[in-house]
Amino acid sequence: MWQNFKNGFIKENPVFALFLGMCSALAISTSLNNAIGMGVCVTLVLLFSNVIISLMRKLIPDEIRIPVYIVVIASLVTIVEMLVHAYAPALYQSLGVFLSLVVVNCIILGRAEAFASKNGVAASAVDGIGMGLGYTFALILISAVREFLATGGIHFANPFNSEQILFGFSIDALKGFTIPLMSGPVGAFLTFACFAALFAMLKERAAQKEKEAQKK
Amino acid sequence: MNLLSLALAAILINNVVLTKYLGLCPFFGVSKSSKSAVGMGLAVTFVIFGASLITYFLYYVILVPNKMEYMRLITFILVIASFVQFVEMFIKKFSASLYKALGIYLPLITTNCVVLYVAQDNITQKYDLLTTCVNSLAVPIGYMLVLVLFSCMRERLDSSATPKSWKGNPIALVAAALMALAFSGLAGIV
Repeated sequence: MWQNFKNGFIKENPVFALFLGMCSALAISTSLNNAIGMGVCVTLVLLFSNVIISLMRKLIPDEIRIPVYIVVIASLVTIVEMLVHAYAPALYQSLGVFLSLVVVNCIILGRAEAFASKNGVAASAVDGIGMGLGYTFALILISAVREFLATGGIHFANPFNSEQILFGFSIDALKGFTIPLMSGPVGAFLTFACFAALFAMLKERAAQKEKEAQKK
Repeated sequence: MNLLSLALAAILINNVVLTKYLGLCPFFGVSKSSKSAVGMGLAVTFVIFGASLITYFLYYVILVPNKMEYMRLITFILVIASFVQFVEMFIKKFSASLYKALGIYLPLITTNCVVLYVAQDNITQKYDLLTTCVNSLAVPIGYMLVLVLFSCMRERLDSSATPKSWKGNPIALVAAALMALAFSGLAGIV
């Protein structure tokens, strides 16, 4: 089970290794605030959708499983959207339409189809949290690079009270050398490309090590 | 004139793929050959136009009078999923050759975020019926344009020598970044 959980981070990282949920990963990663907010929302939806679908897996007829999954996911996303709107309005503003587009995030439907429909409740819950945290981890990596290059610093504000900054720094010497392009689409695609290449390299190294270990 | 500038803006300036990062999964999945890119583009255009009109009427005829706006997301995604299923069955029955050309792309469209985005956008921007029609045609045309252009680039990329870990998606992402840079040059037109 621990292996399932760990898989979501590097080897099967949903964003960098499986290329799922790319749309939101690129669109939302302009700032650390958005990345963490979105990551938490997706993790919550993923956890509950995995649990619910795993509970119902013996009741759902095979032919209509996809519509059933979609309705479950859409209801969960609606609930999360309303909660965020009520308690973290600043986050709701900056996530915008992408919060409701979590419904069509391939990670959630993918995990429902590939894992929760075949495994027990506890394993599905662990898988949901692992994958969700892997997604959050990927978002944090991309957004940290982009925010740093675009503004010369990194800030994380309390999502329930945007005035209060929990953590952050900025380097004054870099103020004149920021690259505003990094907060736009170009920066998103480029940063993502670098990380994807890095993960491909890590994966290949791990595979090679395994091969050598087997030879011995 | 207003509608024309809206259409131009949706196709070139606010292109869904390159400025709003939508529909990227099929963008990277299907764009390996220009033939399948055209097929996917046509299927997406058809589904978006149909689904947007249906959701538009559903929202203003059923949801708003009954004060059920909060059901928007669930209704829309159900409409899209069943519309895609219906189109698939319809095409299968009436045109075997069209089904052969578009068939494999249709199930993929349900999870294409552009469809849900356009349906939602028409409502949040408070477009009237005519504007909705124009918007839901222009956005997928922009999508198709970028998909076809990009697939031509990828055909070249496949045969070029790239470092091992950059092969496949990473180098395609770099190409997409350069394309976004080129498209950002069009921003002043409208």
